Amino acid sequence: MNWIEIFRSGISTGTVLLIAAIGETLTERSGIQNLGVEGMMLVGAMAGFKVAYQSGNVWLGLLAAIAAGGLLSLAHALVTIHFQADQTVSGLSLTFLGTGLALVLGDGLTGMTAPVIPSFTIPLLSQVPYLGPVAFANHNLLVYVGYLLVPLSWYYIHKTRPGLHLRAVGENPAAADTLGVNIYRTRYLYTFIGGCFAGLAGAAISVAIAPGWYSNLTVNGQGWIAVALVIFAHWNPWRVALGGYLFGVLRRFTLDLQGPRLLFGLANPFFFNTNLVFFLQMAPYILTIIALIWGSSAARKKRIGSPAALGVPYQRGERGL
Amino acid sequence: MRAISPIKDELMTFTEEPNAIPAVEMRDITLRFPGVLANDHVNFTLYPGEIHALLGENGAGKSTLMNVLTGLYKPQSGEIRIHGKKVSFNSPRDAIANGIGMVHQHFMLVENQTVTENILIGLDTPHFALNLKKFDHEISDLADQFGIHIDPTAKIWQLSVGEQQRVEILKILYRGANILIMDEPTAVLAPQEADELIETLKGMAAQGKSIAFISHKLNEVKQVADKLTVLRRGRVTAERMDLENFTRESLASLMVGREVIFNLQKCEQTAGREVLRLEDVSAVNNKNLPALRNVDLALHEGEILGIAGVAGNGQSELVEVITGLRECTGNVWLEGKNIANKPPAFSISHGLAHIPEDRIGVGSAPNLSLTSNIIMKRYDQKPVSQKWQLDYVAADSLADGLKTEYDIQAPNVQTQARKLSGGNLQKLILARELSSAPRLVVAMQPTRGLDVGAIESVQQLLLNQRAQGCAILLVSEDLDELLSLSDRIAVMYEGHVVGTICSGDFDINQIGLMMTGTIPQDLKSPSSVEDSSGSNENSSISAPSSRFDEVLDHVKSFEESSSPSEEADQSVTPPEEPSEEDLPPSEILPEEDPELNLSEKERVLRKVLGEKYQQGDVE
Repeated sequence: MNWIEIFRSGISTGTVLLIAAIGETLTERSGIQNLGVEGMMLVGAMAGFKVAYQSGNVWLGLLAAIAAGGLLSLAHALVTIHFQADQTVSGLSLTFLGTGLALVLGDGLTGMTAPVIPSFTIPLLSQVPYLGPVAFANHNLLVYVGYLLVPLSWYYIHKTRPGLHLRAVGENPAAADTLGVNIYRTRYLYTFIGGCFAGLAGAAISVAIAPGWYSNLTVNGQGWIAVALVIFAHWNPWRVALGGYLFGVLRRFTLDLQGPRLLFGLANPFFFNTNLVFFLQMAPYILTIIALIWGSSAARKKRIGSPAALGVPYQRGERGL
Repeated sequence: MRAISPIKDELMTFTEEPNAIPAVEMRDITLRFPGVLANDHVNFTLYPGEIHALLGENGAGKSTLMNVLTGLYKPQSGEIRIHGKKVSFNSPRDAIANGIGMVHQHFMLVENQTVTENILIGLDTPHFALNLKKFDHEISDLADQFGIHIDPTAKIWQLSVGEQQRVEILKILYRGANILIMDEPTAVLAPQEADELIETLKGMAAQGKSIAFISHKLNEVKQVADKLTVLRRGRVTAERMDLENFTRESLASLMVGREVIFNLQKCEQTAGREVLRLEDVSAVNNKNLPALRNVDLALHEGEILGIAGVAGNGQSELVEVITGLRECTGNVWLEGKNIANKPPAFSISHGLAHIPEDRIGVGSAPNLSLTSNIIMKRYDQKPVSQKWQLDYVAADSLADGLKTEYDIQAPNVQTQARKLSGGNLQKLILARELSSAPRLVVAMQPTRGLDVGAIESVQQLLLNQRAQGCAILLVSEDLDELLSLSDRIAVMYEGHVVGTICSGDFDINQIGLMMTGTIPQDLKSPSSVEDSSGSNENSSISAPSSRFDEVLDHVKSFEESSSPSEEADQSVTPPEEPSEEDLPPSEILPEEDPELNLSEKERVLRKVLGEKYQQGDVE
């Protein structure tokens, strides 16, 4: 097995999760839970691929993906912020809506080829032993964007004024409201931003990491993993990165495990027994569940749970008379 | 000055105004919520450098009126002038810009952010990057200016309630507010913290700030305020009155609209057979630390056993163990059945009623109707249960009957519980718990945060249960309440029951000393104390090792971090207390322990008892 390659492509796959999960982190930090990530990613993947294919310009495709994800998220924002509907129900419906939209609008794109995001190697950093070839060699642009996104979003959330307002709105909207922060505007904004990130994550699949349109197999449940990842990461971008890359590497590793006939000098059970392969494919998801359980109990001890107002619609003057 | 008699329904106006422009002038404010007229042509005027009390029962519209002033609600009619200029607020931001700040009753703080971060929310000054260090300094400078002590880098959840309130005050001072609205600021504070707060407020008024002080505590209003406005059911019943004209009784009748009896009717009766017995009960708290240590208690028919103690000495855990909400070791016998570690349903079926401290989180389902809340303990009994169905007609009529019987103020039984005011919510809980003819009532802080009228009816309801032969365990931090209701008082300290005193021997100083973990020498007589930690009830007390030194250390560190207004604290005149006459003259203070000098002991007592200590000390 080629360990360098496993880690290299693991990081590449993990970038998709990273982008979507950071977007969802921002949304959830404002108190809105959007379970429609899967749908928004699929719409983004479709829009990105379709526009890139028809215009021949991958950058236009990227923009289209961001806009598509963002637009779809506004539906969720309208329903949950304005009409105060249940966020779980609205998020689930958004997944169905997004999936349906993407399949209809993406009809006939299967098997086509479109321009892709360019890949390049970073000159000096790629010379670092082990780390260089894994993290800085022959990656597409979005992987590098992902590296920047982590510290930037962390800084934004924790060390800036808008970040302070974002956290306040998600933790105690009544407090933020009495201090003149516009709760509705803030929540609309971050729901929209989360949608844009999900759209971008979708495009990261269809025009960069695994180019092409394979209907709903394009995203293949990664939106749900991203939602789980946000919880695992306790709404912290650094942990989102850790979880995202870890999951990417695991997925790639379970694929590579099926390749060789011999494993440590013995017959590879995953090569000969197809039933075992199913269990192997389950492994990353099972590990995700274990990480979630472990993560949430650890979080309770450290008082870094979910944003206190997550999933609760805000209405002024709800308390008493 | 004309003499004021407690007229009930006429508007009383005090006309002599200072010759200055009022800081706040609210005229004819009317605000209607669906189903409720919260403010009905209300006037309110506040002058610079003045502390103006706004008195009224829960739900009288005090907080609503002040929320209008802070821009949170928009009134349907009326006008507001700030420093003589007519204003119209669309959001809290506008009110802040006009120098108005409010300290809400439920603190508006973000728990997992630091003090500084909380203060900076909503401001424009740190434009993008937050340089917290710089602002930490600014904020501690501002705090020093007003004699407030706080660590700006602490997270809110690490602070005590009193400290959190100081953050709220700093928050509005930092915004340059000169009009401060305090919404029932002392409701959540211990007596000594309340005294400190009142000193701080007086200091701020002396520096020219105008303070509106919402309260339903009569004593406190007399202590702090210069002027008084009283609201009842959305209307002003007294406007800008001087406080000297009022007695406690006349204030109460202005608030409630009828005479309030301050002395409860408690019949003499002897306790019957044993209902509840705790044997060697120990339990841990949420942090897995020991919270109850080998507690033995007994409670009889027709008896109220008060549990006294400084908050956090195991009282909550005791209640949770008895009500089946916390695991424990040892035995809890209710009517001869061991209910330790049994599900709550088991204890309920054997006659347990629970009036929890947290009325919204534990005591009720806020989003459900009155009816649903009423039937929570009897949905599986006739007439509400019809085989596998619920008979909602029967449930509604049951709820309707209890609503009338317990005088719950609500539009109808379909109203959501969260729309009730504190007193009415508590009456709803009492209606559910007491109507099931319980054998044992466990009540934790049943009157905290309620207004005089509601306190009176809650206490009377408990006494009625006692008269019917019910056993009542009453946990309260209000010593007056314990002294006036209880037949016996058990004092808890660090999870132990330090001792139990019978009603004839109640002495506030002794109870106070026991709350610090010490057993005074003159208490060591078998007649006045039952040793609850030993197996034999009448043996003389075997004092647990004195923790007085430990307490002293706590007090010292507390004082270092709190405002140096010790002298001023003591000069505050003690308000009248109804139970004062009932108290036996104070016993001499216990003999000096060789290790301690008296003044330190006094300080401990002051910390524990607050103003009550001085009353006992006067004799």
